[in-house]
Amino acid sequence: MGLSSPATPSVEQLESIARRLRVHALRAIAAANSGHPGGSLSAAEIVTALYFGGILDHDPRHPEWPDRDRFILSKGHGVPILYAALAERGYFPVDELMMLRQVNSRMQGHPVQGVTPGIEASTGSLGQGLSIGIGHAMAGRLDGKHFRTYVLLGDGECQEGQVWEAAMCAGNYELDTLCAIVDYNRFQLDGPVEDIQSLEPIGDKFASFKWNVIETDGHDIAGVLHALGEARDHRGTPTCIIAHTVKGKGVSFMEHNNEFHGKAPTAEQLEVALAQLQPGSNEE
Amino acid sequence: MSTTTKYSLKMGRATREAYGDALLELGRTNRDIVAIDADLAKSTFSWTFGKHFPERFFNLGIQEANMAGIASGLASSGKIPFISSFAAFALCKGFDQLRMGAAYPQLNVKVAGSHGGISIGEDGVSQQSVEDIALACALPGFIVCIPADEHAMRAAVHAAAAHQGPVYLRLGRPKAAIVHDPGVEFAFGRAITVRDGDSLTIVANGLLVAQALMAADRLSDRGINARVLDMHTIKPIDSDALERASRETGAFVVAEEHLHYGGLGSVVAAELARVGPAPIEFVNLGDRYAESGKPEDLMRKYGMTAEAIVTAAERVLRRR
Repeated sequence: MGLSSPATPSVEQLESIARRLRVHALRAIAAANSGHPGGSLSAAEIVTALYFGGILDHDPRHPEWPDRDRFILSKGHGVPILYAALAERGYFPVDELMMLRQVNSRMQGHPVQGVTPGIEASTGSLGQGLSIGIGHAMAGRLDGKHFRTYVLLGDGECQEGQVWEAAMCAGNYELDTLCAIVDYNRFQLDGPVEDIQSLEPIGDKFASFKWNVIETDGHDIAGVLHALGEARDHRGTPTCIIAHTVKGKGVSFMEHNNEFHGKAPTAEQLEVALAQLQPGSNEE
Repeated sequence: MSTTTKYSLKMGRATREAYGDALLELGRTNRDIVAIDADLAKSTFSWTFGKHFPERFFNLGIQEANMAGIASGLASSGKIPFISSFAAFALCKGFDQLRMGAAYPQLNVKVAGSHGGISIGEDGVSQQSVEDIALACALPGFIVCIPADEHAMRAAVHAAAAHQGPVYLRLGRPKAAIVHDPGVEFAFGRAITVRDGDSLTIVANGLLVAQALMAADRLSDRGINARVLDMHTIKPIDSDALERASRETGAFVVAEEHLHYGGLGSVVAAELARVGPAPIEFVNLGDRYAESGKPEDLMRKYGMTAEAIVTAAERVLRRR
């Protein structure tokens, strides 16, 4: 039923899709003159691997299909990259992306369940997505279903206490259909995570909460796919993928530059960014 | 509708106990009912369900925020989660999670806040939920309800399961006097007239319904004929019952076990201002916290008794 099986794209094709998602996200953020470029760009390969790499079993024509795999964007501010993936997957028209953050639009500033097709949870108040994912995983277990639940967390978000309530709970309930992915781009709004409230050793923390922990380069699509595959095959505990990423990845002047945590690029900056993402063309 | 006489109220079970029994009944007929607790299952009586349906019962330990989030996920995947804890913790510690995960997406999450009010007694202020109604009413689309006795609670739990959307039920710790028949006709948003009268209307819920009936008896000795409405549902408020009562009795006392701001009194006053302005006096905790003590001692000290209702009735009648 899902879309995952036929002709999974090659790594090169996936890299190209990731670039396209970045372009969509930046254009939408620039049009809104509002949004979070940094954390959208850092998650591009993760989202691409999930939606285009044969990981998520889903059906854009039936977003509520009960057996679908769930993807919850707990770091809700990264939603432009998710909208881009959902649009490219056919959940809604690509044109609609440019309505980001506009009144009367389904492209809300943070994800809203029940408003935008394909959005599984209302997030944006950080720390909540993993608990919601546990609820889905529990429901699946009760119903004898085999769908998987993926939750993408921000690194700064892992400072929230609720994340660790959920981590403790998922580990103890041995929810092996649950997979958390940490977009470890090392910045939060006010600065470097390491300086503000270190997460380290974050892998050990999840491991001590009885999770299977995998570390990967979050921009290496093959690596991300490998980690997701390993998570899918793992039994007995949930898996946490620590994806090491670069905030603002793909646009030279945004990389490692926290100025673009929550600031839209100007028209000129957008032009430069698009040129970098689409060598040889300013138009798609 | 019944005419109660002095001392005729029979003591029943605590509404939390009735909650557990009703949940068990539901569990037998509906496989989608799931109960979750945060280490208070034996106090909230969710354990009544849990011991019969261990596979559908999750005691998470002391994780109220996580509990509310999990309920959101369960409801999104088609379950009907009933989450329970002390009211103070379920709402204060799970508020943002209920806001984002239940109210905003209007999911089928049922919240049972036990040990509501100050009548939890000796444990003191940290465990006394006196702001839960204000918080729950602030959540768009939530039904907010305090059943008065075991019969109303049983009906309310079934109504909560039948309703598609978020519901907050407040449960009480002490035994509650029986004010309704076992087959009480119960619907959210529809007040129950437990005593008819035309001199004034006492609007009450929870344990204060019994106090209101006792107050009405004393008032009747002086020829004052009080109507008593069990306004179990604070949201949506029964506007029709209030409008009718305003027209037919012209004065109100609102009695509840909650802070003054944001509780039943606030909601009734706002609605009456719209549909039938009339003088109102309030019986509630006021704008303060209570303390440790025996429940009845606290209710007396903090003025949520039949006597307080009688005094408020006399006051409001002088204003009419």
